[in-house]
Amino acid sequence: MNGHGSTRRTFLKTSVAATGGLVIAFHVPGAKRLAASGLTPAGGFAPNAFLRIGEDDTVTVLLAHSEMGQGIWTTLPMLIAEELDCDWSSIRVEHAPAAQAYAHTAFGIQATGGSTTTWSEFDRYRQAGAAARSMLVQAAAQEVGVPVSECRTGNGVVTASGRSLRYGELTAIAATLTPPESVPLRDPSEWSLIGTPTRRLDTPEKITGRAKFGIDVQLEGMLTAVVARAPSFGATLKSFDASAARAVPGVRHVVQVPSGVAVVADHSWAAIKGREILDIEWTSGPTSGVDSEELLAEWADLTRSPGVTAAERGDTADALAGAEQTIESLFFFPYLAHAAMEPLNCAVRIGPDGCDIWTGTQFQGPDQMAAAAITGLDPEQVRIHTTFLGGGFGRRANPAADFVSEAVHVAKAAGVPVKTIWTRDDDTRGGYYRPAFVHRARLGLGANGMPVAWDHDMAGQSILAGTFFEAGMPENGVDPSSVEGLVDSPYMAEVPNHRVGVHTPDPGIPVLWWRSVGHTHTAFVVETLIDQAAHAAGADPVEYRRKLLAEHPRHLGVLDLAAEKAGWGSNLSAGRARGVAVHESFGSFVAEVAEVSVSGNEIRVHRVTAAIDCGIAVNPEAIEAQIQGGIAYGLSATLHSEIHLKEGAARESNFDDYKVLRLAEMPDVDVHIVPSTDPPGGVGEPGTPPIAPAVANAVFALTGQRLTELPLKL
Amino acid sequence: MKLTVNGIDHDVDAPPEMPLLWVLRDLLGMTGTKYGCGIAQCGACTVHIDGKQQRSCVTPVSAAEGRRVTTIEGLSEDGSHPVQRAWAELDVVQCGYCQSGQIMAAAALLAEAPEPDDAAIDMAMNGVICRCGTYQRIRAAVHRAAELDGRRSR
Repeated sequence: MNGHGSTRRTFLKTSVAATGGLVIAFHVPGAKRLAASGLTPAGGFAPNAFLRIGEDDTVTVLLAHSEMGQGIWTTLPMLIAEELDCDWSSIRVEHAPAAQAYAHTAFGIQATGGSTTTWSEFDRYRQAGAAARSMLVQAAAQEVGVPVSECRTGNGVVTASGRSLRYGELTAIAATLTPPESVPLRDPSEWSLIGTPTRRLDTPEKITGRAKFGIDVQLEGMLTAVVARAPSFGATLKSFDASAARAVPGVRHVVQVPSGVAVVADHSWAAIKGREILDIEWTSGPTSGVDSEELLAEWADLTRSPGVTAAERGDTADALAGAEQTIESLFFFPYLAHAAMEPLNCAVRIGPDGCDIWTGTQFQGPDQMAAAAITGLDPEQVRIHTTFLGGGFGRRANPAADFVSEAVHVAKAAGVPVKTIWTRDDDTRGGYYRPAFVHRARLGLGANGMPVAWDHDMAGQSILAGTFFEAGMPENGVDPSSVEGLVDSPYMAEVPNHRVGVHTPDPGIPVLWWRSVGHTHTAFVVETLIDQAAHAAGADPVEYRRKLLAEHPRHLGVLDLAAEKAGWGSNLSAGRARGVAVHESFGSFVAEVAEVSVSGNEIRVHRVTAAIDCGIAVNPEAIEAQIQGGIAYGLSATLHSEIHLKEGAARESNFDDYKVLRLAEMPDVDVHIVPSTDPPGGVGEPGTPPIAPAVANAVFALTGQRLTELPLKL
Repeated sequence: MKLTVNGIDHDVDAPPEMPLLWVLRDLLGMTGTKYGCGIAQCGACTVHIDGKQQRSCVTPVSAAEGRRVTTIEGLSEDGSHPVQRAWAELDVVQCGYCQSGQIMAAAALLAEAPEPDDAAIDMAMNGVICRCGTYQRIRAAVHRAAELDGRRSR
């Protein structure tokens, strides 16, 4: 299988290695090293960094990754429990602190993203559970006086020679033993948890309001701040007058920070009211002339000329000239905000012994480094307390550590503990958007209707340029995250003559990964073009894809399953049509069939049938939820969302003008999981890329209108 | 000013125009009610005032004076409200941030319409945004809560 050879993953490994000195090797640190690092609490039994067992039998799992909705709060404990043989109800879960022990097994920095958590921890967390079990067995053997081979485990109990010893009773002895280097893992045929739909462990907190998100952190003496930021990206502060703001009851401090002016108050409302009457003068700044509609028009022109070559085979120009039919399409994608329901925030307390940070972050590693640099402390003196994340979607994984750095600056300047919160307007207008893109493609079909030539140029900003990931970029400057899903498309592999050129303009707008990153646009382009080719060839869209994917069994597997479950080819009620798309991303393969209708200029999606092959399906319950959610997230961008930049700032500011999917528009989504013994792939992102092209292809089937711009507009 | 939240009286020192949301969260420390938009567009801040769903981010605290305010913390003692039980049974939550608002909106709907159809659910719940996309399970869980509630009252 080639799922683990995806461009982005290979690239990230390379890039992290290139940034120097980061440990990539799989490693479970032993108890003694942890004790020395101060990571383990006194008492109980902590065989490694990932779990501890209390005398009361509770098993506390420490997550090296952040829970942001994807369900890792449940999936990682499943991996440990599978090997530990504990009672599932004894599991407790905590986010781990920021420490090298919790560095991502592939990236080398502590981070959550790229739909990597399950596969990157599949061995490490199982190994952590297996090591703990082996020590408990050894402890029981010692206590009872029998060889370990005579001990059995189950439900948190070791039985030996007729005696039953609870794990909690064995912690004192187990804690004196040396952790094993490595323990053989169970054969998949023995799994009882992996593959079993398992409900979330964080539900009780999340249905009662007890779950603590970053924005809920409130410590003794902690004030709340909002920051007035530049009116266009990159503009700087000229001067400000805070006398009126300071007079607002509850406002305590008004301080200058690199990103603007912070109003620090007793509570959020006072800070917001104070900021409203701040008098600030800004420089005009480098982006003050940026207009996104003009940018897209310029980039459409740019794609008329060949960009830097990202993929090439054969003689594309010649093959195009000799083609029976040619299809040319121009695609437009806007900037997009992540718009997580919890606006950005970060609480900071700087004291004589270090800096404490409470926030929902996907990037503990880079955040810790950034805070250390600002405070002059060692990274180990920066303690990051990860809360639940009220959505991440990539926005809380910023190499520039923007919201954490700013909050540290505010606390430092104010000289008191401060929680900096972003209003919805701040969050929407704060940048780090999914970059806008233009693609121009020409597809040449041969006499049999199959593609013989594919000529493609695209233009859009690089996410990685200017970040610490830049070192891993290829020498030609093509950002792998711009072309993922295109240059490695199985369709392109089947087209003998092809060329992809990339233009990377830099208008200075901060951009970032947004759930499924480059696939958000490349999947739409590829699956639209193939659909156009199928129609031009007079072929059924599923049959045409099946021909092209004949040598790509996992693509074919999900396509066939989704088509079958959707009843592809069967009659639909009048006024409805189906569209299909299939795409690989983050090590998984997803096909979706969308059933739509159109009323006036409104597109309505009634039903989506999805099939996913993500290798071993660790928690099918979570996989179904992630595919449903990934489709909903993609539908917002398909039907509604766009950021327009005027004078270097977003015109949109809140959910009244930055529209997202609402409940009444949610289709029924059926999710079908392909049984597989391949290593696990990702599930958080792969559901998103196919939905926009599946819907657009259905709109074409229904109306004959070929829409090549997101959001779709009739 | 006196504010009654979840059956308990509080003395609150706040300007009358201060939104109830910030009074609950920042002055009373009840953080289960969430800030999402500040302009009644997302529903994360939904509470009940005299049993009806209200957006606390645009409700001046003065408008809640002398009335019964119920927040997610007061919906049940222990998460046993039929809506909460249905949410747990159907594994609805993902990030969880919007769920206080979703649950409060669903509870208010069921108080008025014990057996809502899909159209009624769509209408009552459309104002509460979930970016994780839990909508499908929310719809199913509202139906399930109606069933659980019906059994309880029979």
